[in-house]
Amino acid sequence: MAASEHIVGRGIGNKLILLSVVLVAVIWMLPIAWTLLLSLKPNSELMISTASAFHPPYTLKNYTDIFQSSGVFRWLWNSAVVSVGVTAGILILSSLAGYGFARAEFKGRDIIFVLVLLGLAVPEQAVIIARHQMFSDLKMHNTYPAIILPGLSSAFGVFLMTQYFKAIPKDIDEAAMLDNASRFKIFWKVLLPLTVPAQATLGIFSFLGAWNDYLWPLISATKPEMFTITVGMASTQTNFAQSEGLGFLMAQAIFAGLPVFIVYLFFQKYIVRAVAGAAIN
Amino acid sequence: MTDVTLSPGKAVAAVKRPTGASIGPRWTNALFIAPYMVFYLALLVYPLFKGIWMSMLESDMFDDTSKFTGLANYYRLFNDKIFIGTIWNTIFFVLMTVPVFVAIGLLLALALNRSDRTSASLRAIFFGTSVLSVTIVTIIWKMMYMPGNGAIASVMRLFGLEPIAFITTASLALPAIAVTTIWWIIGLPMMLFLAALQQIPGELYEAAALDNASRWRSFWSITLPSIRRTMLVVVIYEIVAQFQLFGQAQLLTQGGPNNASRPIVLFIYEQGFRSWNLGYAAAASEVLFLIMAVAALAQFFASRKRVEG
Repeated sequence: MAASEHIVGRGIGNKLILLSVVLVAVIWMLPIAWTLLLSLKPNSELMISTASAFHPPYTLKNYTDIFQSSGVFRWLWNSAVVSVGVTAGILILSSLAGYGFARAEFKGRDIIFVLVLLGLAVPEQAVIIARHQMFSDLKMHNTYPAIILPGLSSAFGVFLMTQYFKAIPKDIDEAAMLDNASRFKIFWKVLLPLTVPAQATLGIFSFLGAWNDYLWPLISATKPEMFTITVGMASTQTNFAQSEGLGFLMAQAIFAGLPVFIVYLFFQKYIVRAVAGAAIN
Repeated sequence: MTDVTLSPGKAVAAVKRPTGASIGPRWTNALFIAPYMVFYLALLVYPLFKGIWMSMLESDMFDDTSKFTGLANYYRLFNDKIFIGTIWNTIFFVLMTVPVFVAIGLLLALALNRSDRTSASLRAIFFGTSVLSVTIVTIIWKMMYMPGNGAIASVMRLFGLEPIAFITTASLALPAIAVTTIWWIIGLPMMLFLAALQQIPGELYEAAALDNASRWRSFWSITLPSIRRTMLVVVIYEIVAQFQLFGQAQLLTQGGPNNASRPIVLFIYEQGFRSWNLGYAAAASEVLFLIMAVAALAQFFASRKRVEG
């Protein structure tokens, strides 16, 4: 085979590959498209057959119903409070600890770091029964702190920030030390501004993780007014048979998915970089 | 700011300076990690040991007391057919999903490892589903699987086939959960593989092209060896993640029919927070912890041997 033929063959091959991936992507979108179509149909029509979803007329009534009834807004607000709380907490704790482990020497530091890393191997399920008991003893269930605080014990952020602080050239803080700046001042004024990319990575991960967290909020928040959107959507689909109807449920699903989807569209570049960065570490 | 004045005695050992930070170890430096350590100890280490302790207690719901029973809960677990069933279900689920995550994740990454706009949009589609929460994903897939009105049933009827009741058929419930899970989070392995592919120096492929090496050959001799480490990361990550199957099963099938799709975490949840057998649930969670650790370690050592040998 001549070299040029080889390249032409490769070009056609590439096109075929791309075409098949496009096809798979269309299939990938079908479930969401189906949900969207159902959400635009009156409940009464869907009771008879969902086949009518394929042709107009469509209506936004299910969406306007969300605004009138349903706890969706309360749940979205709870999710926002919880996710912001978890994200802020993780960023503060991990930055401080990351600097500590990377730069500030003290006796026993390296042993403590190894112990913290071991914490990465502990799955949530191994501690969840005892955690529930602890918060019960403190009568703290159905409060924001109960939903937020366990998330702050994750060692992932500490690990990520330690790696990041370690990668910063030492000359930078040594120069500041010669200027007689205190440890905290060096951390706050000199090094922390350099870690903004890592803060973005960790922040996005923590926010999405907290927003989508299911098991712990399900266990801790048992009152509907304290549900996060994830738990709330679970409760509506479990009572799905007697609930307000198929179209309404679909509209709720689309509506509940929107905020995080918008976050995704806006921060897509950072999210992709975050995943890639975490992989290379 | 004036940490020197906090401990004048210790300052002797360190490099002494009037106000600024000192080089060398000082106990005040531990203050940086102290806030995190409080959470780490109170909400991870303490509950870990408390959980082990609880797994050796039998609690009495009525008078809120408990007595030490040693390994009785564990003994009971291994004679509990439903629990043993959940272990097999979970292992079966891991075996169904992890190879698919690796294979499809890698295929998508290979196909979409270009810088044009089309590939970027396709990447966004495949990754986009993973930002949805499990509860939205299960609502969407209930509508796919519903035997009467679901999308798949409608398509089957269109072709004159009898619709299948996926989530109420014992042999199909767990595979249906697996399909949903793959649809949901295929984006992560894809992204991890993409990141690895972008690390491979282009010259390697250029050299292979000069040698007229086929696409297949350069995949086997260049691509695969270069991404070995990422492959290991993906496999171990997915094993650990899929062992924790919970929401999809709880919401799609409730573990049914007849326990056919009940995973370990759903068992823990129901024992712990539906039946309030806290000791029993804690024991089950320790078993899960152990299985996960063994599976991840085994995979780690197996692949390390292969890399070395």
